[in-house]
Amino acid sequence: MTTSAHETVSDVVIVGGGIMGSSAALFLTQRRRSVTLLESALIGQQASGTNFGNVRRQGRPIVQLPLANRASAVWRRSKELLGEDVEYLQSGHLRVCYRERPELVGNFEAYAEEARHVGLDLELFSGNTLRNRFPFLGPEVLAGSYSHLDGHANPRLAAPAFARAAKRAGANVYESTRIVIVEKAGDDFRVTSEDGRVFRAPVLLITAGAWAHFLTAQFGESAPLTCRGPTMSVTEPVPYSIRPAVGVATPIEEESVYFRQILRGNIIIGGSTRGPAYTDERRASVQPPNTLSQLKQIRRLAPALEQLRIIRVWSGVEGYLPDSLPVMGSSPRVSGLYYAFGFSGSGFQIGPGVGETMAELIDTGATPISLEPYRMNRFGGG
Amino acid sequence: MVECRVVIVGAGPAGIRCAETLVAAGLRPTVIDEGRRDGGQIYRRQPENFTRSYDMLYGSEARRAEAIHGGFDALRGKIDYLPETLVWNIAERQLYAAAGTNQIMVPFDVLILCSGAVDRLMPVKGWNLAGTFSLGGAQIALKSQACAIGKQVVFMGTGALLYLVAAQYQKMGAHVAAVLDTSPWSLRLSALPKLLAQPSVLWSGVKLDLTLRLAGVPVYNGIDPLEIEGTADAGVQGVSFKDRNGEIRGVACDAVALGYHLRPETQLADLARCAFTFDPGTRQWLLQSDPDGRSSVAGVYLAGDGARIRGARAAEASGRLAAMAALHDLGHPQSAEIMAGLRRTLARWTRFAQGLAQAFPWPAQQAARLSDDTVVCRCEAVTAAELRRVVLETDAIEANRAKAFSRVGMGRCQGRYCGQAAAEVIAHAAHVPVEQVGRLRGQAPVKPLPVVIGEDAA
Ligand SMILES: Cc1cc2nc3c(=O)[nH]c(=O)nc-3n(C[C@H](O)[C@H](O)[C@H](O)COP(=O)(O)OP(=O)(O)OC[C@H]3O[C@@H](n4cnc5c(N)ncnc54)[C@H](O)[C@@H]3O)c2cc1C
Ligand SMILES: Cc1cc2nc3c(=O)[nH]c(=O)nc-3n(C[C@H](O)[C@H](O)[C@H](O)COP(=O)(O)OP(=O)(O)OC[C@H]3O[C@@H](n4cnc5c(N)ncnc54)[C@H](O)[C@@H]3O)c2cc1C
Repeated sequence: MTTSAHETVSDVVIVGGGIMGSSAALFLTQRRRSVTLLESALIGQQASGTNFGNVRRQGRPIVQLPLANRASAVWRRSKELLGEDVEYLQSGHLRVCYRERPELVGNFEAYAEEARHVGLDLELFSGNTLRNRFPFLGPEVLAGSYSHLDGHANPRLAAPAFARAAKRAGANVYESTRIVIVEKAGDDFRVTSEDGRVFRAPVLLITAGAWAHFLTAQFGESAPLTCRGPTMSVTEPVPYSIRPAVGVATPIEEESVYFRQILRGNIIIGGSTRGPAYTDERRASVQPPNTLSQLKQIRRLAPALEQLRIIRVWSGVEGYLPDSLPVMGSSPRVSGLYYAFGFSGSGFQIGPGVGETMAELIDTGATPISLEPYRMNRFGGG
Repeated sequence: MVECRVVIVGAGPAGIRCAETLVAAGLRPTVIDEGRRDGGQIYRRQPENFTRSYDMLYGSEARRAEAIHGGFDALRGKIDYLPETLVWNIAERQLYAAAGTNQIMVPFDVLILCSGAVDRLMPVKGWNLAGTFSLGGAQIALKSQACAIGKQVVFMGTGALLYLVAAQYQKMGAHVAAVLDTSPWSLRLSALPKLLAQPSVLWSGVKLDLTLRLAGVPVYNGIDPLEIEGTADAGVQGVSFKDRNGEIRGVACDAVALGYHLRPETQLADLARCAFTFDPGTRQWLLQSDPDGRSSVAGVYLAGDGARIRGARAAEASGRLAAMAALHDLGHPQSAEIMAGLRRTLARWTRFAQGLAQAFPWPAQQAARLSDDTVVCRCEAVTAAELRRVVLETDAIEANRAKAFSRVGMGRCQGRYCGQAAAEVIAHAAHVPVEQVGRLRGQAPVKPLPVVIGEDAA
């Protein structure tokens, strides 16, 4: 990387320091590319730092599993890779359905069959075996699908740890650097911050989460990105006794709750109705009715939690696309321009896989991961 | 006028005077308080089955306590009073409150927050041992339960409350082992001009000090706390400190009451999105407010110690004034003369409070000296070393960032008791002014909320 009087020049400029941008920065530096990572405020403070922390592959679309497997491998070696502990715990993940929806048992079976071919082994439970194995579940729970090798991690620590590792490997990381202009000038991209600093590179990667469309629009490209804030709570600590992360499979948003216990004892609860979120506020506040509906649903899923008290609630700003899949890959219009955004509420687990895949794509021009489902122009228009 | 829903949170002196003023103007406010009975902190009422006299309970403040309680009793039937009800969140002009496990929604057009204050604490090595209480906690034990926190009690910290509670213990026959004040005497002299804004209160303070000394209680000024000694099993066994000459001393005791004046309870206002400003005099973030109590959010008013620590009598005046400001904004003409009088009263209390802050300063420098193994955040057992590590190794200089990385302020009390001290530790480690560290953002619930909340309604 070189710096002239006014401009910072590198091989790749990444705009957006969430888990996507931070992990891409690390994997690009490992591939000996000089990288500049630019973040509006602080690294990993948005969706990547406020999410529930599920590192689960099961339940994702089958087409996404190769990417999720890749991420899973990174999570498992995260301590060595990052030189610090992001509290990744391979504790298992249980997905359950209610008696009200017996048809979902068939879905679980079909999913397990397909997933097995893509390297994800699931074990199905019902009746007494389910209850003996997971005694905290409520009477309405009918069946469960269990993934041994999924788990959870601490979102507050993960993205900053990736960015620090990238920095140690030579990346330039600029916090408090909000990018307002992105443009192509000759062969290079010129990226300008609010306070007038300019960064140049032949390759630009936009990993700006829920804010990405403000940047993509400058290249005449758009995706119908909307913003929501999932509802989160945490209980006071109690002795560690629930290993797996647990979630409900249901088509109803309100019913869809999940929880996990961390080693120090607190139980983190997520899901049920999402609240509004606004990109300009940069912070999503929790709607109290959503906390109430979440607690109602969690009592149904795990009556054992009824004894506890909630000590804190929060939410985060997440970008959603209509088909719940991200935009990921190269721009259809502008060469040298790459996107990875719109992870629609489930980007934390795949994050490190996205970073590794984008680094590979940028470095070699290709990747074995199919990016077809994630094309920018799949929504038409733009 | 159309039905206007005015809600007051807090039934202490501020809330009660505020409610009175609104009732006198023909309104029927709702008053919510998490306490079992009205009165707030200083005028906390004893449980119904206790029969101690006002003089015994409130000492020199007995007549005021009686007046406040009488004032509230006279409001019964003219207000909607929700006791034992905790307001845990605010959104869209609606309060979310919990009465036990019952969920109650209270819509409002005007909200007057009179949420009071809690002890301001500076950690000291060993303060996590059983037997360490806040000064306020020690006083509550005495007032509402008529029991002392220990047989031999050390009072350590600074501020008027330190002497007051020590004297109350002494009067109740408890053994006060020592009063250890971090503020040197000389500061009281330099603060004198401001303290003279309330000569009678100043005089009561001087009398307290004298009473303690005459009773033979050792009183040390300008001390430096070293450690609360003891073991995990036995709890507190003593306190060691440096006296003003730098000599190391120890006092044996089985309980310590600790406190460095007060800090406003601001979470509800924070959840209502009211803005804050840094107050260099007390080194803490206070809610923005105009002299009459209008917050930065239209329709939300602030009164009492929750807005600014000025004491109980100022709380009464600011409660009245905030009510008048709200009435004025609702189109009820108010007497400019009365309002001006209340503002003058408050200005005198503000000056007096500045004098107190000068005489009994928050010992920011102590944060720098905390040994690495001192626990700063007791809920999450975060040590000074861990806080310093996230500053030095991960650049976590902003308060919420340091919280995200170290868990400081992430526990049950949400940083209410450790947040300000943690900010000082961070500021010192990062060599930045403490205001640059910022403040921990308030997050609901204001206090722990049962998972079974609202179950009956399901
Ligand atoms: C409450 C919540 C719970 C969730 N739970 C889970 C879960 O359990 N499991 C899971 O897999 N996923 C979960 N997700 C989703 C997951 O967190 C996200 O999909 C993922 O973190 C997205 O990462 P990102 O890097 O794309 O976005 P972000 O983390 O939002 O990062 C984008 C960054 O770009 C920066 N930026 C934006 N514009 C600019 C600009 N102009 N200049 C400079 N920087 C800019 C932003 O400041 C931000 O830091 C959850 C999300 C939320 C909000
Ligand atoms: C522990 C303690 C002891 C004190 N002792 C003395 C003393 O002896 N002498 C003295 O001069 N001063 C004392 N003070 C200071 C004195 O209490 C205050 O100056 C005075 O009480 C302020 O009156 P207020 O109306 O502003 O608040 P308070 O009297 O504190 O009343 C606030 C009320 O709001 C309620 N409340 C707050 N938040 C919520 C919520 N979210 N939901 C429902 N209710 C809520 C509380 O339950 C409380 O009853 C003490 C302060 C504390 C904290």
